[in-house]
Amino acid sequence: MKISIIDYGAGNLPSVERALRTLGADTNCVIRPEEIATASALVLPGVGHFSAFVTGLRERDLTAALRDAIARSVPILGICLGLQAMFAASAEAPGEQGLDLIHEDVQALPTNVKSPHIGWNQLRRLRESVLLHEIPEDAYFYFAHSYAAAATEPHTAAACDHGLPFAAVVEQHNLMAVQFHPEKSGEVGARVLRNFLEWAQ
Amino acid sequence: MTLARRIIPCLDVDAGRVVKGVEFGGLRDMSDPEELAARYNSEGADELILLDITASRDGRATFLETVSRVAEQLNIPFTAGGGIRRLEDGNAVLRAGADKVTVNTAAVARPELISELAAQFGSQAVVLSMDVKKANARWEVFVRGGAESSGRDAAAWAREGVSRGAGEILLTSIDRDGTCSGFDCSLTATIAAQVSVPVIASGGAKTFHDFLAVFDEGHADAALAASIFHTAEHSIGALKRYLAGRGVPVRLSR
Repeated sequence: MKISIIDYGAGNLPSVERALRTLGADTNCVIRPEEIATASALVLPGVGHFSAFVTGLRERDLTAALRDAIARSVPILGICLGLQAMFAASAEAPGEQGLDLIHEDVQALPTNVKSPHIGWNQLRRLRESVLLHEIPEDAYFYFAHSYAAAATEPHTAAACDHGLPFAAVVEQHNLMAVQFHPEKSGEVGARVLRNFLEWAQ
Repeated sequence: MTLARRIIPCLDVDAGRVVKGVEFGGLRDMSDPEELAARYNSEGADELILLDITASRDGRATFLETVSRVAEQLNIPFTAGGGIRRLEDGNAVLRAGADKVTVNTAAVARPELISELAAQFGSQAVVLSMDVKKANARWEVFVRGGAESSGRDAAAWAREGVSRGAGEILLTSIDRDGTCSGFDCSLTATIAAQVSVPVIASGGAKTFHDFLAVFDEGHADAALAASIFHTAEHSIGALKRYLAGRGVPVRLSR
């Protein structure tokens, strides 16, 4: 099965692609709506600003194509800003619309902790998770973000705490997303990607 | 569940080779950057920093090639910099495979560089590197590899850098760098108390206790060292087990 990585110029695309290929995945980079319409599995990487991200998707007519793919039950993995884009909106860019696949907003991290939340942190499992299958409970994952979504259930499968609990792993039917960077999280990160690949088969 | 303190090896490179100076002088050829990067990645380093220490215009292509070859070896975060003067320089380093870019001298000369990079790539991708030395009874920011005082107060510059969008501060004590006399905990604690972003302490690491002190007394979020890891004097795994045994939250590789 081919894994199509959505390429709108995200900084972390090369590392995501390299990490997937190391696991033996057959990947290609896609940018046109018709490519998304025929994809069998999608990865949405992302770093940077919410506004640039959703504007980039909209200008390339990818917003509707992505929503259609989700509706067709195509497996999709969002990474970092790719998770935040699944939500309705973000405090980082008031007025801009996300994909709204989860009808909640992304908020700024609280001011009583260091922000950006940069570094390796642990997760708290809220329920059975596809992406965290066979990963030890105390494993560390690499985070680098200033905004986050609330750890609302049932779509949040695992939370992380930084000032407040936030959604670290989201799993809702065929929609999977992580706030951390699996491509930068060493061996456990590679296992998250492998779990996605095996589940998407 | 706690954010782990990070241990970050640093590769100072010149013309594709890792070198390490003592107090910013006397370069000594050490090793191959790819080889060291692969070793640190497997030993449990939490991140890797690669600095082009000569940062000559002619050496730019060689440095970018090194960034790209090192990136191939890593599945941990990777920061690169040295000689970043314009937005395009930062873009080139990120495109070559780095996750973050670090700025120093050029940001002091033109602080807007920090804002431009943060607007384009996000604060999480911008590390403000400051070389600091005691001068005129205060901590001053030095530029050009520690050769020249900028006349700026270190705490004020750290605050300005963060307000312009820097997502981390890489704080090097010039007085301690390469001396093996321990991190400057007092300087680190002073800057860490002034900013809302993580502070990476650098300069002077020699013993495991130096790392414990910079986390406990210096309130550092991360600690950087070069020579002591390169010479295999200390393994990163052994350092982390020492810290874990003394209550410092660290990521132990399995």
